[in-house]
Amino acid sequence: MNMILECKNLTKSYGKKKALDNVSLNIAPGKIVGLLGPNGSGKSTLIKLCNELLTPTSGEILIGGKNPGIETKKIVSYLPERTYLNDWMKVSEIIYLFKDFYADFDLEKAYDMLKRLNINPTDKLKTLSKGTKEKVQLILVMSRKAQLYLLDEPIGGVDPAARDYILNTIIGNYSENSTVIISTHLISDIEKVLDDIIFLKEGQVVYTKTVDEIRDETGKSVDALFREVFKC
Amino acid sequence: MSWDLKSDRPIYAQLIEQLELKICSGVYALGSKLPSVRDLAEEAAVNPNTMQRALVRLEEDGLLYTQRTSGRFITEDANMVIQIKDKIAREQIREFLEKMINLGFSRKDILSNITKILEEMRENEYDSRV
Repeated sequence: MNMILECKNLTKSYGKKKALDNVSLNIAPGKIVGLLGPNGSGKSTLIKLCNELLTPTSGEILIGGKNPGIETKKIVSYLPERTYLNDWMKVSEIIYLFKDFYADFDLEKAYDMLKRLNINPTDKLKTLSKGTKEKVQLILVMSRKAQLYLLDEPIGGVDPAARDYILNTIIGNYSENSTVIISTHLISDIEKVLDDIIFLKEGQVVYTKTVDEIRDETGKSVDALFREVFKC
Repeated sequence: MSWDLKSDRPIYAQLIEQLELKICSGVYALGSKLPSVRDLAEEAAVNPNTMQRALVRLEEDGLLYTQRTSGRFITEDANMVIQIKDKIAREQIREFLEKMINLGFSRKDILSNITKILEEMRENEYDSRV
């Protein structure tokens, strides 16, 4: 099977510090993958490398067989950890901007999600709360028909009810051709939705397993195992 | 009936149990069409691949069957459901008995307690009716 994401001996250093240290990974299409690890373990670095926001110090990263670049951005939908949207714009204007920018953007889906989450399209971004802004950003990302969704902390700032809706959107959006990678600390909220788990620790992969393998082998939830592996 | 999933056991195994329970209790009637994998996954808030695996397993066990173009259906074999009900009942009773034995009850005590509580339940039902 062709992998949607391949990392071969991927290393990224910031000065002397290695944020990612010789990581090799393969992720298949049709998976929902949890990228888990404590603060500073390299989760966001990995996601940024996928988007060409960073370039590898050594090793290789391939998205659908290609190096990150213009071609891969057509098939990757990325939710950054921080918002980059212009505050003065209306929600509807941002949606139009995305529609203009990405050929795979589904306008109807975006408006449907806005309605479900009670967000007024004519509101200016500036006037929205932090959580609502995050919802808007997630709607933009999930309204694309991408092959790879990279969600960096997608549910951290939103309330539990919206969290459920977002997870349902991810499940409902599922297709055999698209993969979702979610980086988060809120493991117990999302573990039922995940196929595979990648545990990162100090820039290295310590675990790649399915959720049911973990539960079967340890008799623990992924959340409980995380607390044990990364006990402070 | 909602989906009650515990966090310390494989999701796949729990989905199988809950689907069996839903079929036995008539939530999904014999011979009827099962909702799609995606709908079931959304309802249970689980990964569609995991739901798919559970359904394939129930198909192998004969409780479900696939009609090539029109989806998955519940078996029409009532005997099969009786067998599964029996299996679930045995598991539940065994689990209960193990707990009681651990608590130090003798076989005789367990039986007399069960009879007593059944009696109480019947009286309560009677009370609530009059």
